[in-house]
Amino acid sequence: MFEITTNHYLVLSAMLFVIGLVGILTRRNMIVVLMSIELVLNSVNLNLAAFSYQYSDLTGQIMGVFVIAVAAGEAAIGLAILVGLYRLRGTTSLDHASELKG
Amino acid sequence: MEFLLVNGPGLLFYLFAALAVLSAILVVSLRNPMYSAFALLVSFLAVAALFFLLHAEFLAVVQIFVYGGGIMVLFLFVIMLVNLHRIQEAEIYGMQWPAALLLAVMLIGLVSWVVARVQFSPANLAPATLVSVDGEVVGNVQAVAWQLFQQYLLPFEIASLFLLVAMIGAVVLARKD
Repeated sequence: MFEITTNHYLVLSAMLFVIGLVGILTRRNMIVVLMSIELVLNSVNLNLAAFSYQYSDLTGQIMGVFVIAVAAGEAAIGLAILVGLYRLRGTTSLDHASELKG
Repeated sequence: MEFLLVNGPGLLFYLFAALAVLSAILVVSLRNPMYSAFALLVSFLAVAALFFLLHAEFLAVVQIFVYGGGIMVLFLFVIMLVNLHRIQEAEIYGMQWPAALLLAVMLIGLVSWVVARVQFSPANLAPATLVSVDGEVVGNVQAVAWQLFQQYLLPFEIASLFLLVAMIGAVVLARKD
């Protein structure tokens, strides 16, 4: 009755991905945008693990470890940029970082 | 009791999937970034539980360590550093939010439509290759380590170099000049 297939995991992963994408596209606060990027990367990991289980292949899990490493580096760099933005503007709102706007 | 034993994994999947999705929605919708950070922590832990269900024990523990520990501390530290009380946001969403929401609904509809049309053969219940090295059952951590240090040694070393570059970059970007 409650049988779980790979399709369930794919739909869940798509939902997490889209929620993160909405956060990236709509939020003004850069801290929350960075958190949404983490959500997106996490949903990718879920997908990799689901396919690793489906095909009984460890490669997916190893790619997941690499994705986690990249996410950690991305968070560190992003938060460092955030601190720089805060020093420059006194706010973390992305609306105040518009120098490159045409 | 019988019902729980038979349907345990399925019920756990729905429990943790609902937890992950709800807390992810809270991350995006809460006004205070501190509350968003805690909702993000709940989402990470729920996904870690799903990794356990998927026989990815090493990935689950790394997820709890790196996401729930490292990245979360980094976020909370920066939130405390930037003194959010001085920042008053009248509107937490940018003006493009209707277009973004429409696009998101269309994307999830498309993905669900495609996934509903794909049939996977049922995954084997005790995936031997996920826990064994050369046919001998040793556990998921040793199996991942074996693959990582044999077949994927070069990407592993490149990842360590990447982390070094990221660390130096973060220090250079965040220092006072």
